[in-house]
Amino acid sequence: MATILQPPRAAVEHERTSDHPVGSGGGFRNLIPEGGSLRLVKGSSGEPTRTGIWVGLAAIAMSFAALTSALYVREGSGYTDWTHITLPSILWFNTLALILSSVTLERARHCVAAYMRGNQTIRSVPMVWLNATLALGLVFVAGQYFAWLKLRSEGLYLPTNPNSSFFYVLTGVHAIHVLGGLGGLARVMVKFRGAAVSLRRSTVDATSYYWHFMGVLWMYLLLILWLKL
Amino acid sequence: MSDTSVHASVHGAPTSFIRKYVFSLDHKVIGLQYYALAFVAVFTGMVLSWIMRLHLVWPNSPIPGLGWLAKVGAPGGVVTPEYYLQLLTMHGTLMVFFVLTNAPFAAFGNYFLPIQIGAEDMAFPRFNMMSFWTTFVAFCILISAFFVGDGPPLSGWTGYAPLSAVGADAGPGQGVGQSLWGISIFVFCIASLLGSLNFIATTLDLRTKGMTLARMPIVTWAWFITSCIALLAFAVLMPACLLLILDRVAGTSFFVPAGLNVADHIQPHQGGSPLLWQHLFWFFGHPEVYIAILPAIGIVSHILICNMRKNMLSHRVIIYCMMAIGFLSYMVWGHHMFVSGMNPFSAIVFSFPTLMITIPATIMTLIWLGSLYGSNLRINSASLFCLGFISMFVSGGVSGFFLAQPSIDIYLHATYFVVGHFHMVMGVAAIMGVFAGTYFWFPKMTGRMMNETLGRWHFFLTLIGTYAIFMPFHYLGLAGNVRRYSAFQDDFLVPLIPVHKFITYAALFTGAAQLIFVANFVYSRFKGPKASANPWECTSLEWSTPSSPPPFDNFGGEHPVVYHDPYQYGVKGSTGDYVMQTSPEQAGAAS
Repeated sequence: MATILQPPRAAVEHERTSDHPVGSGGGFRNLIPEGGSLRLVKGSSGEPTRTGIWVGLAAIAMSFAALTSALYVREGSGYTDWTHITLPSILWFNTLALILSSVTLERARHCVAAYMRGNQTIRSVPMVWLNATLALGLVFVAGQYFAWLKLRSEGLYLPTNPNSSFFYVLTGVHAIHVLGGLGGLARVMVKFRGAAVSLRRSTVDATSYYWHFMGVLWMYLLLILWLKL
Repeated sequence: MSDTSVHASVHGAPTSFIRKYVFSLDHKVIGLQYYALAFVAVFTGMVLSWIMRLHLVWPNSPIPGLGWLAKVGAPGGVVTPEYYLQLLTMHGTLMVFFVLTNAPFAAFGNYFLPIQIGAEDMAFPRFNMMSFWTTFVAFCILISAFFVGDGPPLSGWTGYAPLSAVGADAGPGQGVGQSLWGISIFVFCIASLLGSLNFIATTLDLRTKGMTLARMPIVTWAWFITSCIALLAFAVLMPACLLLILDRVAGTSFFVPAGLNVADHIQPHQGGSPLLWQHLFWFFGHPEVYIAILPAIGIVSHILICNMRKNMLSHRVIIYCMMAIGFLSYMVWGHHMFVSGMNPFSAIVFSFPTLMITIPATIMTLIWLGSLYGSNLRINSASLFCLGFISMFVSGGVSGFFLAQPSIDIYLHATYFVVGHFHMVMGVAAIMGVFAGTYFWFPKMTGRMMNETLGRWHFFLTLIGTYAIFMPFHYLGLAGNVRRYSAFQDDFLVPLIPVHKFITYAALFTGAAQLIFVANFVYSRFKGPKASANPWECTSLEWSTPSSPPPFDNFGGEHPVVYHDPYQYGVKGSTGDYVMQTSPEQAGAAS
């Protein structure tokens, strides 16, 4: 086995003892390497990745809150062009694929963790789950594309009416974010597959938070689409 | 330090020119890049305002060179009414996005936030680099609008729909120019989101040992709070721009109502809502005001404390006030829409939190004034600009009391009163903060001192000049002078022309006074006297770096450890009347 697993982190957490003159520590996870450079903190600790992903998700949530608020305002703007469209039934299948992908990713995350702890030595086990997640994600995006084709075949294009506009915008923007998640997942896989695994736990965690969030976001959007369109 | 060599490849010091100065990962270089971009933008915006001022008072006189630059908009150098609006749009967009967002927040924040918390760099240096270069791309897209089609858009920096959404029918620049505007702002949103994300993660995760949140200087807090505001505000503007672009290019009807007749064309749209754009835009737009002003508040408080040689009456309360302002900023967007046709009852709902914002703003002002009272303020260019900031903040803020009330706003809306209000409280005040920051941190950024005499001349001329420009705006507004008009032909406006002439002279004079700053900046950068490591005897971490400018890793391989609250002034320390945050010594009582 040519794999050399990177040590978890070359940084140690500060002990926060009460007799220390500086009192409590600095950053949330205040990682300062022993006798190393502070640059190393960033290089070796992926902790800000976890914070960063939550902050990024807050921004994404805000964007979709704005878009769905726009939908409500547009519906209530007093004009008569708000109609109803039948949601393509493939959306339910896509939803299932996305939920399943969250489950497989969670399995992958546990397997990667086990592999990194050394409890699991076969690298192909987590890879199977990662591949499954990637495939299900692609199925979801492809499914969304088929949903658009379905609407097209019914003569419903982006500008046809406000309902179709919001359908394409909400699903389109969500799909772009899912593609971003797939990119992140691919990056995790490349890092995990490399000769020396250069993957960090925080990267896997951040990618999975993002991915699960995409699932939750989709459920929210589906609810809005189902109720309003 | 054996680890350093092993991990140097993780993020080592760059050696090539490109990696060092162009596509740099170093937060200090990126901060300076933001500063340079804001510098270019502010002078471009200022020149545009000059052209507008000249046209207002001499509407038929050709402006030399303009006829060559804008053949359609200013044939023979005489500005057309439409081109006046195009200049106005570009002036506003450049100033709000590329100056007031970039200079106090992105430029200084990038440079000093990591140093002030004892970090070596931002949490995500690559995002940081991307953030600047994305901003640069947004800037280029915006400026390119001058050179394509029939020029830049004329719908104002607020890009109000449906004018901004219907395309070329709406007037010159509303074709390609408006599309470029929308794309530019969209791209700018991406950059700002990346930047905000970086600031937040850096502040939360990369603080050095002992640097608790409570020990962060006021200005660090200001950048942190601003990044939280910016994250949520730009996240709303971005989808709004997307919908606007779709209305323009894909024929959707988010913002364009049915049956709209523009230039004798019934627009091919259904029942969109122009008010929806205003809601989305101002949900971003009002927090944007605080994105501009909070960093300036932080910078000014930080500099004043250092120059007063004592802490504010309560520097914590200033931080709480900034949080309160940030929180309230999301509840007041409707006060920009009192006359938009939205439900009049909702005006009261928006008026109340708007007036509430005056409470934290007043508390802060009282803390500044109360702390200044009886202090032996060290007078230098930086502290003078801080006083100028407070003066502008109060003078410009007071008119906000009037505008916050719907019944008064109905009269004053879209008059020069509003223009005077926001230029003073948001524009000039924030720029005063940027000047204060520049004079204060210049020694750290360049290793040289700026000329003090020129700095004071710059301050007094700028203070007098900006008051001379913007105070009469209030009078003009009360006299009923509507903004955005390019000429004054109505009877009641003609007597106001002398006031406008005075303002134009003042604007040219104040703009020229900025050349003192430019000369001082350039000369001092190369020939100024060498600065010591801590010329202002300041306590915060940026003054504990081993050299000025700081080395690539900020602290020369050391990890600063923080022992104190940020402002230990007026105490008995071994170095003088202050104790550095990084000094383990216990401060004695002042003698």
